[in-house]
Parts: sequence; structure tokens; C-alpha cells
Amino acid sequence: MNVTRGFTGRPRVHRPGLPPGQYDAGDDWPVLSAEVTPDLAPADWTFRVDGLVEEDRTWTWEQAHALPGSVYEGDIHCVTSWSKFGVRFGGVSVDAFLDAVRPLPSATHAVAYSHTGYTTNLPLADLTGGKAWIAFTYDGRPLAPEHGGPARLLVPHLYFWKSAKWIAGLRLLDHDEPGFWEQNGYHARGNPWEEQRYSGD
Amino acid sequence: MTEISSPPAFTPPTRFAIPGRIAVTHQGASVWQTATLTEIRRETPRAATFRFAVPAWVGHVPGQHLQLRLTAEDGYTAQRHYSLASAPDDSGHIELTLDHVEGGEVSGWFHSEARPGDRVEVRGPVSGFFAWPGDRPALLIGAGSGVVPLMSMVRHHRARGLDVPLRLLVSARSPQELIYAREYGPETTAVFTRSAPAGMPVGRMTAAHLEPLLAEQPPGGWEAYVCGSNAFAEHATRLLVAAGQPVDRIRVERFG
Repeated sequence: MNVTRGFTGRPRVHRPGLPPGQYDAGDDWPVLSAEVTPDLAPADWTFRVDGLVEEDRTWTWEQAHALPGSVYEGDIHCVTSWSKFGVRFGGVSVDAFLDAVRPLPSATHAVAYSHTGYTTNLPLADLTGGKAWIAFTYDGRPLAPEHGGPARLLVPHLYFWKSAKWIAGLRLLDHDEPGFWEQNGYHARGNPWEEQRYSGD
Repeated sequence: MTEISSPPAFTPPTRFAIPGRIAVTHQGASVWQTATLTEIRRETPRAATFRFAVPAWVGHVPGQHLQLRLTAEDGYTAQRHYSLASAPDDSGHIELTLDHVEGGEVSGWFHSEARPGDRVEVRGPVSGFFAWPGDRPALLIGAGSGVVPLMSMVRHHRARGLDVPLRLLVSARSPQELIYAREYGPETTAVFTRSAPAGMPVGRMTAAHLEPLLAEQPPGGWEAYVCGSNAFAEHATRLLVAAGQPVDRIRVERFG
């Protein structure tokens, strides 16, 4: 252990639910994205699921909102080491979209991509079983553009770079294909509890 | 059921990745190494530059950042990401310029406790999207400590004697809070938001500041790099887009 002389850190308050190496950002919700926030109106937003599926499908804003609603209440964790407790997102479970396109048995992974061209990869198992959402609201209000509005992917059990802002679609694949940050040296999966920050962690 | 063979490699609707021309290394991203503090230079009342010896540093491209870790005696660690301020040619040494954040546990240690000889851990460099290798005309726009990665680019430009056009538009609250004030040359235009030297206007960056820079557009156009708080980044990128700068030629680094 390499102790830093004179460093004591914050008072240790045991915070259940805080993954290793993270701190509680409190009311802050930092914005991190390398791109220009797009001017994307709900009427222009679409969400497509294709690749290894029985039937491709694209949903408009209204069609997506016609699916059964689903809420996530819990915590989120950013790789830059902040975590945010007790957030509430409203949207539609990714399961609802996948049920409609019927993934082929060969589908094992997905690339999520945004309306700006951002990409991130996920094992299909991290998107199914009530673990992922297409989120439209935060705390009961429309999701702000800088936080990914009108719609973002939400995969709260992984570091937040997986939760692609301005989500445009999922392409199902039979192999893992690194996305934007993964090509930039970040970990392929990004599990906060195992501190999977960078490739090789 | 539709028969589908394995889909080809996925290409997003717009290209959003490290441009092929920028060669960055990720070999330092997973290895923690010891950085020894060798010098502290005050920049402004709130910001100071910390110079470290990192003998095994693999090098970086201006605009990249690193991860830094402090460890307490009981094993508690705090990790933060910081942009590199130094030029890549500063062999075996790197520099970070840190604001003293109110109540910040890491910046607080640096500003109140740190002294030459202290050791911290770093790994990196990480990320390459905001990197600028010095091959294309660059329009740099920063505010506050957002100027740090941009200064790495300016220093690189000077150290290598590059003749590719480079302009820096930097916003600070006052002349006293302008980081690296002594180092700017004719490539730099400063904007002051709270107080300015006699004869200079006070106020936030506007389209009028960008106009002359975009008017003297070099052949092939500018590659724009924007760095600062989220509010500043949103403001500056909106000005750029409104002035006609292509969205896919704007790179943004936000201090969340």
C-alpha cells in the first residue's frame, strides 16, 4: 500500500451501496460527454433494434411511449468516481423492446448507439431481465438534453458510460464489439463493484 | 423467421471515435505508478501547478488526462481524473494544474498539505478523443481551469515549433484568476467575466469573440477543442455551432 503522507480523506461514513473507489456526489449530477449536446426534439427521436433479431423494428417517440412504463429507483455510478444515490428514472424496460423483435439464439451482445454516433457495447445479459431501460424522465420531469434527453439508455448496474445518451438503437451481435470509450482504453464491461474501469482492470 | 448471418462490424450513423490520425497509447491505463512531486508553482490565488517526476511515463498526446490516487493510512483511497498540462516532450515529468475546490478532499490535500518529495499514484494517459497531435489547425476555447489541457497543446505547438495555425480563446473571471497569464502570446485572446484591465470589456464570451477567428479560417477549417465547466461547454459549443463550425469537428471536455 502506498500511503500518501498527510492524506486523511473524507470522514469515513459507511455508505452501503457505494462501490469501491467511488464517492457520494450528493445532489450534484455532473455532466460528462465528449460531444456537442444535440438539438434533438422528441418528434425527431427514434429508437431501432436490429441485427440478430427475427424482425427489425423502429419506434417513434409516441410508439415507444405506448409500451408499458417502467421506473428505476436506485443508484448510478460514474467511472470518474462519483455515485449518485436514490435517483428515479421513468421509461420503458429494454425487455419490452426486445420482446417485440425476438432476438435470435445466436445473439450474445449488443452495440448501443446514439443519435450523435456514440457507441458502447454490452453483453445481452446486461440488457435483459429488468436490468436496463430506455429512460425518458428524471425525477418525474423530461430528461434534460445534457443528460441525454429526450431519451437515454439506462443500465444502472454498470458504470454510467454504458448508459448511452440520446439513444438511437441497439444492434444485436454474436460477438463483443468495443464501443467509443472501450476503444479509448475503458473496460469492456464496466462493473462498478469490481472496479472495471480500464481495460486490464 | 428471417435468416440472418453474422452482421458486419457496426458503423454508427456518424463517426465518433478517436480519429485514425491520432495514435494514442493505452498501455499505461491499467498500471499504477508512483509520481514524485518535485515542484509547486502558484498560478492564481486558487490554482497551482504541481510538477511530478514519473520516470516510466509512457508519454501522452496533448489533451489527454490521467487518473490520480491518494491513499490514507487506513487504506482509504480517493481517485480523480486530471488533465495533463505539460507538453509531451517534458521527458520523465508531467504537470497538473489544480483548482482548490471548496471542501475537495484531493485538491484540498494538494493545496494545503503537499510538498516536494511527496509521492502519489497515477495511471494513464487515458482517453484520446480530446487529443491534439499538432497536425491540424486548432481553435482552443477554455474557461477557468478548462485551459489546462489546452495549454498542453499550446506548449506542444511551441516546443516543436509547429507552424500549423493555433488560436486560444480563454475566459477567466479576472486577470488575477487567469491561469498561465504570463505564458500567453499573440495566439491568445482573453475574455474576462467579472473584472478586466482598464479599457477591456467585462462579460461572457459572445459570438463577437468567435467571429474574427472563424473569419480567418485556415484551409481545411478549424478543429475546435472546448474545455470548461458544463455550463461553459454548453455555451461555447452553441456559439460555435451557430457560427457554422461543423458539429463533428468540435471536441468537448467538461468538468462535470
